[in-house]
Amino acid sequence: MLKSCVINLKHILYRLFSGMGMSLVPGLAFAEYGLNFQRPVTAIAHELLWLHNAILIICVAILVIVFSFMFYAIIMHRKGRGHQAAKFHDNTTLEIVWTVIPFVILVVMAVPSTATLLKMDDTSNPDMTVQIVGYQWKWKYEYPEQDLSFFSALTTPREQIENQADKGENYLLEVDNPMVLPVGKKIRFVLTANDVLHAWWVPQLGVKKDAIPGYINEMWTQIDEPGTYRGQCAELCGKDHGFMPIVVEAVSEEEFAKWASVQKAKMVAAETRAAKTWSRDELMERGEQIYKQACVACHGATGAGIPGVFPAITGSKISTGPVAAHLDIVLNGKAGTAMQAFKGQLNDADLAAVVTYERNALGNKKGDLVQPAEVKALR
Amino acid sequence: MATAAAHHEEHPGGLTRWLFTTNHKDIGTLYLWFAFIMFFVGGAMAMVIRAELFQPGMQMVEPHFFNQMTTVHALVMIFGGVMPAFVGLANWQIPMMIGAPDMALPRMNNWSFWLLPPAATLLIMSLFMPGGGPAAGWTIYPPLSTQGGMGMDFAILTIHMLGFSSILGSMNIIATILNMRAPGMTLMKMPLFVWTWLITAFLLLAAIPVLAGAVTMLLTDRHFGTSFFDAAGGGDPVMFQHVFWFFGHPEVYILVLPAFGVFSQIIPTFARKPLFGYSSMVFATATIAFLSFIVWAHHMYTVGMPMAGELFFMYSTMLIAVPTGVKVFNWIATMWRGSMTFETPMLYAIAGVFLFTIGGLSGLMLAITPADFQYHDTYFVVAHFHYVIFAGSVLALMGAAYFWLPKWTGHMYNERLGKLHFWLTTISFNVTFFPQHFLGLAGMPRRIPDYALQFTEFNQISSIGAFVLGLSQLLFLYIVVQTIKGGKQATDRVWEGAEGLEWTVPSPAPYHTFATAPQVK
Ligand code: HEM
Ligand SMILES: [Cu+2]
Ligand SMILES: [Cu+2]
Repeated sequence: MLKSCVINLKHILYRLFSGMGMSLVPGLAFAEYGLNFQRPVTAIAHELLWLHNAILIICVAILVIVFSFMFYAIIMHRKGRGHQAAKFHDNTTLEIVWTVIPFVILVVMAVPSTATLLKMDDTSNPDMTVQIVGYQWKWKYEYPEQDLSFFSALTTPREQIENQADKGENYLLEVDNPMVLPVGKKIRFVLTANDVLHAWWVPQLGVKKDAIPGYINEMWTQIDEPGTYRGQCAELCGKDHGFMPIVVEAVSEEEFAKWASVQKAKMVAAETRAAKTWSRDELMERGEQIYKQACVACHGATGAGIPGVFPAITGSKISTGPVAAHLDIVLNGKAGTAMQAFKGQLNDADLAAVVTYERNALGNKKGDLVQPAEVKALR
Repeated sequence: MATAAAHHEEHPGGLTRWLFTTNHKDIGTLYLWFAFIMFFVGGAMAMVIRAELFQPGMQMVEPHFFNQMTTVHALVMIFGGVMPAFVGLANWQIPMMIGAPDMALPRMNNWSFWLLPPAATLLIMSLFMPGGGPAAGWTIYPPLSTQGGMGMDFAILTIHMLGFSSILGSMNIIATILNMRAPGMTLMKMPLFVWTWLITAFLLLAAIPVLAGAVTMLLTDRHFGTSFFDAAGGGDPVMFQHVFWFFGHPEVYILVLPAFGVFSQIIPTFARKPLFGYSSMVFATATIAFLSFIVWAHHMYTVGMPMAGELFFMYSTMLIAVPTGVKVFNWIATMWRGSMTFETPMLYAIAGVFLFTIGGLSGLMLAITPADFQYHDTYFVVAHFHYVIFAGSVLALMGAAYFWLPKWTGHMYNERLGKLHFWLTTISFNVTFFPQHFLGLAGMPRRIPDYALQFTEFNQISSIGAFVLGLSQLLFLYIVVQTIKGGKQATDRVWEGAEGLEWTVPSPAPYHTFATAPQVK
């Protein structure tokens, strides 16, 4: 601990000093210094940075001016210097002045704020729409025009989180399937959530909005330059709230079209694969993958769950009872709990595999197999 | 006065004295010690949070336990620390300041206090239930708060009991102030601490039942099949947020208005000059109280309100800066051309005003709806509310303790240690919370147990500051105990510039004061 403190002190001083110099020139790239907003890449994010810098400067100026009076008094009007107390305790003119001036400053601040807000609110005439659905603890992205739909979840390995391996450059900010978007297009986001509140936030794009079950929220963005932009869920959503990042890859229009067709082909291939009859080993292998991706967050790597919060899989009534009930809870979830309906998230084969896995691993030995066809019949 | 009170001095000793007491001074003492203990409990939880955040990666606790810590830390500090501490001050000071022999409803006073220990026990117990304590943040937003174990039910019951205590306490304070003032003590002659508490008590009466309603609906959603906040059953999760913040924003002023009162007592005393703009102070306090009921949705800019709502709440929130500014200007004008000395209470008041203003200004930034889209739910908000609640309320509480301890105990505290405690506290406070502004701006969300690598340095500074801040409070405890046990005998007036009825009674204040009402000119 001590060693890392000392090393970090160097970074800290460097950051502070270089950052102070930079902050005198609002609008420059601050990202490297971590003292101000990340570098904006949309017109709105630029405006937000400008607005933030402007109100920050006004606030700092107010603070300095007002408290220079206080510090002057503290130095000059002290008993130790023999200063005699004056007797005044009222001045109506002064009271009016210092009520009116702040009011005027507020009006000045409100004008550009209102203008920016109106711009952010205008989701009309988009070139394209992407639907965002928050899940505990991953995001689902749907592209209705491209007929695509996929989940996006954290890929940072557990060993890094548990300090058994060195942390990578994008620690906690990396996902399996990023949201890919074309640059220069007005993109409308439609947000909702499947279970609890989440909030989708990518600082460099200047967008943040809550994803709320039963609500459909809208916002928009138009990205100026290609690149990878990272963000995080910004509304407490339970245990792994800190572990559901967002990655947006902005690419040219051609690359976007190419990506969309490759993605589509992958989806079709997965569906045909799902239709066949699977062997026991295939089911168990696939099931383990799916368990680690979709179930482990709550039910734990060993299937023990967290007593009182998330039930165990090992030896549980459901995973050692009839297959139908087991499939039912995995497909349809359990209302009022964190157990979600997975039928919209996983295909028949993945569902069959993970149920087979839960019945024959994690300390369970039911011995039965579940085939994709059985899942299909229950949908 | 001293002779009149002397033969009233007898009271039961031992435990029964404290269990059955109806004496405002005893009850004030109970409140203050209860709050002190709660500050240490909540502080210990803050240490867990900062220890986990010292480095990226999970080192100390599980994410689920981390969430319980952030939730219970906030509940303990707000409902167990700051609020009872101010009620303790009210109990001790209001009767003495207005020349009353006791609170208007002494038996109820006893009950208001004795609701607190069981409530706090319940909340701490929840951490040991299967599934642990509440983990949905102190704002307990559904649907997250409808998930999870019985810890949440414990928290709901705790909130009910604490709320009940607050309502009883406020009724008592209102009744005392309105009915028991000494002859000649007109409303506009009351010390400002009394005024701010009168207004705070009305805020409590209006806000607490709203919270009670919200958490009761949550409870029935959890157990009795209602769907107030469940979209799948036709309910509305956003409605909870509206109801919660209709309570929540007045609540933050409940935490800070009595602190404004404390500043307004301390600053004139050590500037040796009357409070500047007394009536505008009263008016500003009332204005803040009124506005605090029409700004709540500034906590919800990102839920997707209609444009008219976003604009209304932006403008109304910005307006609060005006009366808040008036207060700050008045305090500075009180110091202006005074004859100032800087004993520990004054240091706390000055630092409190200055640092609170930083929090007020970041509040103004947060009020700007479009900018708040970037700030919301980041460490910038965490920095903001610690600058207002720690620097506003808690520094005021510490200042008040040094200010009135000589009156309560009859002994002067150790001035050198007091100053040491002051510098340790304010410096480490800033080391802890100033960097959190940068973290938030750079994109670190709040309520996360682990973070990306670019946030490491500022989190380390913040954690080191927090450990020093936490440890420094042991010094405070030591100073308080030392002062109770002994020290230089305090004069009745205690401070050269002290004005007001409480300074006319002996130090320590006898068990019964103002058995016959003083005449106020
Ligand atoms: C000029 C005065 C103030 C203004 C304009 C102001 C404004 C705001 C705004 C807009 C937010 C929401 C930020 C967000 O979540 O995005 C906020 C949060 C908060 N403020 Fe203030 N504020 C002011 C003073 C105070 C005071 C005096 C207190 C307490 C003593 C306070 C306590 C809080 C707390 C606790 C939160 C965070 C609540 C949460 O989400 O957990 N504020 N403030
Ligand atoms: Cu989240
Ligand atoms: Cu508020």
